[in-house]
Amino acid sequence: MFKQIGAVTMINLRSIPQRAGLSLATIISIALVTGVLLGFLAMSNGFRATLQGTGSDNVAVALRAGSQAELNSGLSSEDVRLIEEAPGVARDSEGRPLVSGELYVIVDGTKRASGTDANLPLRGVGPQALSLREGFEMVEGRMFEPGTNELVVGASVLREFSGFDLGETIRLGSNEWVVVGIFSTGGSVFESEIWADIAVIQNLYNRGTAVQSVRARLTSVEAIEDLRAWEEDEPRVNLDIESETDFFASQAGGTAVLIEFVGWPLAIIMAIGALAGAWNTMYSSVDTRMREIATLRAIGFSGFAAAVGTMVESLVLAALGGLVGALAIYLLFNGVSASTLGSGFTQVVFSFAVTGGSVIAGMVMAVVIGFFGGLVPAIRSAYVPLLTVHRSE
Amino acid sequence: MASLYELKDLSKRYTRGKESITIFEELTMSIPQGDFIAIMGPSGSGKTTLLNLLGGIDRPSSGSVECEGVRVDKLSEGKLAKWRSQHVGFIFQFYNLMPTLTAAQNVELPLLLTKLSGKQRKDRVATALDIVGLADRKGHRPRQLSGGQQQRVAIARAIVADPKVLLCDEPTGDLDRASADEILETLQLLNKELGKTIVMVTHDPSAAKYAARELHLDKGRFIEAKAEPAQ
Ligand SMILES: Nc1ncnc2c1ncn2[C@@H]1O[C@H](COP(=O)(O)OP(=O)(O)OP(=O)(O)O)[C@@H](O)[C@H]1O
Ligand SMILES: [Mg+2]
Repeated sequence: MFKQIGAVTMINLRSIPQRAGLSLATIISIALVTGVLLGFLAMSNGFRATLQGTGSDNVAVALRAGSQAELNSGLSSEDVRLIEEAPGVARDSEGRPLVSGELYVIVDGTKRASGTDANLPLRGVGPQALSLREGFEMVEGRMFEPGTNELVVGASVLREFSGFDLGETIRLGSNEWVVVGIFSTGGSVFESEIWADIAVIQNLYNRGTAVQSVRARLTSVEAIEDLRAWEEDEPRVNLDIESETDFFASQAGGTAVLIEFVGWPLAIIMAIGALAGAWNTMYSSVDTRMREIATLRAIGFSGFAAAVGTMVESLVLAALGGLVGALAIYLLFNGVSASTLGSGFTQVVFSFAVTGGSVIAGMVMAVVIGFFGGLVPAIRSAYVPLLTVHRSE
Repeated sequence: MASLYELKDLSKRYTRGKESITIFEELTMSIPQGDFIAIMGPSGSGKTTLLNLLGGIDRPSSGSVECEGVRVDKLSEGKLAKWRSQHVGFIFQFYNLMPTLTAAQNVELPLLLTKLSGKQRKDRVATALDIVGLADRKGHRPRQLSGGQQQRVAIARAIVADPKVLLCDEPTGDLDRASADEILETLQLLNKELGKTIVMVTHDPSAAKYAARELHLDKGRFIEAKAEPAQ
């Protein structure tokens, strides 16, 4: 049986060049589908990786209850003061609480690549903000002076947006700022932000003494429970408290899922198109081999062997398409940096990540297309009328 | 000579819509072991249909086809395929070789259905190609061979599994005189030296001369035209 199937399969595969055009079209259409799927998966993976790489277990993020994102949150200076006194909050060597109330506003930036405007987050921070970000370092220039219109920009912002070079003056909204430093946080999401003194931003944006989020370093990872318990019992505050890790994971989750939500249906619709193409190719493969198949059957080969041969041809074309698509996406996009809407409707800069898992998903999809595209033609090849042997072609 | 085929009351009808055409009605004949029959007759007289029934690639409307006591018309599809692989070799007008396989690979095809080892298959293929005089062409593909050579590859494929009977449908219909004569001489040799029973359909009277006897099929009946072999 295996010898039979092997021979039929070999005859099929060797005859592919006779249908080079159609076969190539099938490979390309399946490569496109795989490419689109992998592209979206790489985007969502990269996005997830960037946001998940951001958080720390040792830092708690407090937002106004129910606000979900920093942009929607609003907290008073009284909230900040209460958190500073709360249990589980760490203090520095001089006994000052490691708590940072921060403002988060949206400004327009111009993308280098397209020249179009895109949202950028401008974060107002106080002196404690740095101690709450691990891996923070100035790569160029210096930190802003409190009380001035100086700002520092994340390395990703500099890379993706124009006008933020060191020493430049830039107009954001109705205000002019001077770029005095470039900072890095080791690839995390904060690198997609611009930072300035919180007091200056509160003043320019008429926020009084309000903040939007409070970050607090915890005495230990477990101390988040103490902080939560305190919040429950403290009638003067109404907060959502999460570890920073969880905070970003849920933010990333939302957007990554959204990306996949677009990616999968698009890939599936394209897959249906590719399936029709594969079907057509295999149908014509069976058509052109009718007399050969009938001859093999007359010699005594089984219809099953003929069907397997057709199916293998279809699967091989599909797998080739999948590989081409995966390879193309890998070469074109893996590690390429991109930016997209982040959780707060701002630009988050991240890198495409083509992972093994998504390559497998793409290949599975390709092979599924091959299988269903080849199914009916395979069945048909099992039932080629024997009398086709007399056809002259 | 012992009889190889017994056809009894064989009928074949095709129904197209309401119309029914009868190719032959209650045909009875026997084909002895070692016979070489040339079947002639006008186009549409049912020559190919008869070969199909003998070879088990078509079934009669009624009546029986018996080969060495086996009711071929009664075999299931699977058993019939197996029976074909062991008992008959087909030779077609258009050779029906696999264009992507070499001569040797084409000849080997029927042996893939046997339990023979790779080495045994190779030996058998060499022998078969030798018999048809193409030992030096085993690596060539059909496209690289002349029509006559392709037909000889097809003959090698038909005999490689050592079937008792060869069914040839206008085996020289697409060949020039010289190539045709070579093919016919080969068939004659297979009949005389190896004892193959051959049923050959042909339009060509000079091809029919190579056979031991000629049968004329007309309107579903046989008329024997030649009782004695020509040579
Ligand atoms: N599948 C079919 N359906 C309907 N009629 C058929 C079918 N196959 C053959 N016939 C008819 O059966 C008759 C005999 O056909 P067959 O091919 O056996 O003739 P033949 O003697 O081999 O003719 P030729 O010399 O042209 O090859 C023809 O009239 C043909 O039209
Ligand atoms: Mg015919």
